[in-house]
Amino acid sequence: MDAAVKRFFDSDLWFSFTRSPVTVVSAIVAAVCILGAVFAPWIAPHNPFDLASLNLSDAFKPPAWSEDGAREYVLGTDDQGRDVLSAIMYGARVSLLVGLSATIFATLLGVTLGLLAGYVGGALDSLLMRICDIQLTFPSILVALLVDGVVRAALPREVHAEIALFVVIFAIGISEWPKFARTVRGSTLVERNKEYVQAAVRIMVSHVLPNVLGPVLVVATLNLGLAILSEATLSFLGVGVPPTQPSLGTLIRIGNDFLFSGEWWITIFPGVALIMMVLSVNLLGDWLRDALNPKLR
Amino acid sequence: MSNTPPLLEVRNLRVEFPTRRGTLVAIDDVSFSISPGEVLGVVGESGAGKSMTGAAIIGLLEPPGRIARGEILLNGKRIDNLRYEQMRRIRGREIGAIFQDPLTTLNPLYTVGKQLAETMTTHLPIGPAEAKRRAIEWLELVGIPAAAQRIDSYPHEFSGGMRQRVVIALALCAEPKLIVADEPTTALDVSIQAQVIALLKTLAREKGTAMMLVTHDMGVIAETADRVAVMYAGRIAEIGPVREVVKHANHPYSAGLMGSIPPLDRRVERLAQIDGAMPRLSAIPQGCAYNPRCPQVFDKCRELRPDLLDAGTTRAACWLYDTEAVRG
Amino acid sequence: MFAFVVSRIFQALPVLLAVALISFAMFAYVGDPVAIMLGQDYTQAQRDALVSDLGLDKPFWVQFATFIGNAVQGEFGLSYRLSRPVADLIAERAPATLELAFTAAVLALAVGVPMGVYTGLYRNSWLSRFFLTFSLVGVSLPTFLIGILLILVFAVWLGWLPSFGRGDTVKLGWWSTGFLTWSGVKALVLPAITLGLFQLTLIMRLVRAEMMEVLRTDYIKFARARGLPNRAVHFGHALKNTMVPVITIVGLQLGAIIAFAIVTETVFQWPGMGLLFIQSVGAADIPVMSAYLLLIALVFVTINLIVDLLYYAVDPRLRIGRGKGGH
Repeated sequence: MDAAVKRFFDSDLWFSFTRSPVTVVSAIVAAVCILGAVFAPWIAPHNPFDLASLNLSDAFKPPAWSEDGAREYVLGTDDQGRDVLSAIMYGARVSLLVGLSATIFATLLGVTLGLLAGYVGGALDSLLMRICDIQLTFPSILVALLVDGVVRAALPREVHAEIALFVVIFAIGISEWPKFARTVRGSTLVERNKEYVQAAVRIMVSHVLPNVLGPVLVVATLNLGLAILSEATLSFLGVGVPPTQPSLGTLIRIGNDFLFSGEWWITIFPGVALIMMVLSVNLLGDWLRDALNPKLR
Repeated sequence: MSNTPPLLEVRNLRVEFPTRRGTLVAIDDVSFSISPGEVLGVVGESGAGKSMTGAAIIGLLEPPGRIARGEILLNGKRIDNLRYEQMRRIRGREIGAIFQDPLTTLNPLYTVGKQLAETMTTHLPIGPAEAKRRAIEWLELVGIPAAAQRIDSYPHEFSGGMRQRVVIALALCAEPKLIVADEPTTALDVSIQAQVIALLKTLAREKGTAMMLVTHDMGVIAETADRVAVMYAGRIAEIGPVREVVKHANHPYSAGLMGSIPPLDRRVERLAQIDGAMPRLSAIPQGCAYNPRCPQVFDKCRELRPDLLDAGTTRAACWLYDTEAVRG
Repeated sequence: MFAFVVSRIFQALPVLLAVALISFAMFAYVGDPVAIMLGQDYTQAQRDALVSDLGLDKPFWVQFATFIGNAVQGEFGLSYRLSRPVADLIAERAPATLELAFTAAVLALAVGVPMGVYTGLYRNSWLSRFFLTFSLVGVSLPTFLIGILLILVFAVWLGWLPSFGRGDTVKLGWWSTGFLTWSGVKALVLPAITLGLFQLTLIMRLVRAEMMEVLRTDYIKFARARGLPNRAVHFGHALKNTMVPVITIVGLQLGAIIAFAIVTETVFQWPGMGLLFIQSVGAADIPVMSAYLLLIALVFVTINLIVDLLYYAVDPRLRIGRGKGGH
């Protein structure tokens, strides 16, 4: 284990990481966002879902630094008297959960189909790649919206409400698998043409998979930011996660109603949190792509 | 020839490239002149500074390269310190240029007629109709069959040799007094190199255009040039009449270059091999840059850099011709 | 030329058919259209009558063919949510979306291309650095947040521009336009910026990268060596060569603008097709969704065709093998 750790710190990856200030800052911001989200129940100043602790007389408090602000609500409160900072931390938890799950789902689906297309070839390959082509013609948010809408129509309302979170994950995952399939198929074709792989499927998986891992990791990181944004957009449009489990997008949508009465903080702070999370993840993805593939520079 | 005032004069030219690891000197203390109608051949290995000298003359050094010292004079007037717009009026009009690879020098999206016409209307007081008439004339002159029809063709519709003919027409069409031709045949098929060189030579003679012909093909130089300058590691090693340099080279480097030159009726594709390689610009040795490879090296060569010295028929940058030298 | 267009149309047909198949599958098999149309109480006889009325008892391929036939005539059935013909709903909303998308596209091109050329030519000027930083923000901000920020600043704080709706419209035949009234134009400003900003930054970055690439080529150096004026070199020789790759991306982006209008229209309550679509997704209104999907596919295919034709017009190398002979 020690040797592995040492090897990591000696590696080019670590070197290029320490050489790029932007990347280090992004990594810190991403770490803060992720830790804040994961440990929200323990470190958030309030529990926004604990109805007993909500006090309507605390509603619409501006951020702590403005005149009417209260020290206990650093980023102010919303219409129900919920602490905005705590709501953001809990919301980021949902955003991150959906984003990660959707990316993992898209990765599994894309890698499997990509391997299959590249290895089997022929008609299956053409069919799968044709589907990729057609789907990639449309922006992924549109595909996610359609999938979400179709599932909504296919399921009875009560069932849908129960599994809404999974529907969103499914919809976003479906909208993003072609990128993974393309990447993996390309690498599979290269590997398959090397003689040693032609022996067996088992060997193919054990040889090809390690070789495509790098590119897949890059695509996955870049897609994580996109998946979080897609979820936020769906939730903002009102067809994402259920209101009982608000994500950052939901918070922005709710806060949007109070923009005109001057309570800007209810919508702007979740927005800033979303931008910080997505931007830091994207910058990390950019760095990873450049570090793993020096030719692209 | 030596009595007429020079058309182009280069005096102590020094070109530098600032890099992160210090400044590289790509051309150092280069001086030569070209008389009206004269063809000066410039030879040397890749990286010797031949092409960069040409680029400095037409004022198109690639940044961050810059002229650090010296002067370039055209008809006795300095052109190295002109503003971009003044220099632009000289390019094409006074000094034409021919590049190495005809496949990449022509804009793929413009017809050859349009490229010829825009060059002429930029520099000459003629209208579009006259420009078109002359464009056809130029295409005929450089030997493009059915010129009147081909005027509306795009570059990709011509073969490589034909494209270089178009490039020659483009370089000459605004009637410059001087052409800087940078390896005009290197990228072409061996079979058509001779035709293109012959065309260039004939046209230059007819129009009375002087030419700086940069190449590493000694055969081309021997056939075309009046005088030749041999460059090595950013400096001129030897300069003199082409017959003398080819037959009785005085500088050991030129002698090595010419050592295995075949008779004029046979062609060499590359310069003769000399042991070792030209030093990189970042590691030019002290003294004469050629000293590590020179068969006649002596102590002084390792300490001091020789200027061009009179070597009888030519001028050579070699301590062998230092009258006060004591050979060790 | 004609043969080229025909071959491209034939290449586009399978895509359209595939999308139509998905649309139809949604239309016919998702949920229970009969139950939705009949409401809560109905008899088996009423149900059977409607099923045969809708042709739902026919084989799959017959139903699909009927669906295509109807779609070609602009017939998409009734909206479950509003109980009105889908075609009417879309026709009502289309002008709003198209005017918004058109304005956003013009904005993105008219600002993005010059900014890209400028930053490509003067890489190190402070203005270029400013543009690049600005474009990074444009690329990273999600559309709906840009909209919210613009509303906060220009509608709530400054009160200069309206934040929702289209303003007053004028009827030109069946087309209702907001271009001809002052309030309509004012209402268009913020949504168009919101929708166009991402595309603008994308176009700028693309033109910049292409411009830098092209400026390094030999033919640009040769154009300079021929003494052509800078204007001719930069805006003639260089810009024309950057156009080939730019056209592709811009074409795809124009399609994306119409799709992304969904988000912008929601933020600004813009009464267009996107808002209609999102309301339909929320209400599981399948006929509207499937019609919208087909329409978007048609738009994308049309744009791709136009892109191909533009290629053909810009790049003579695509016109080879037509009589003149080459090498």
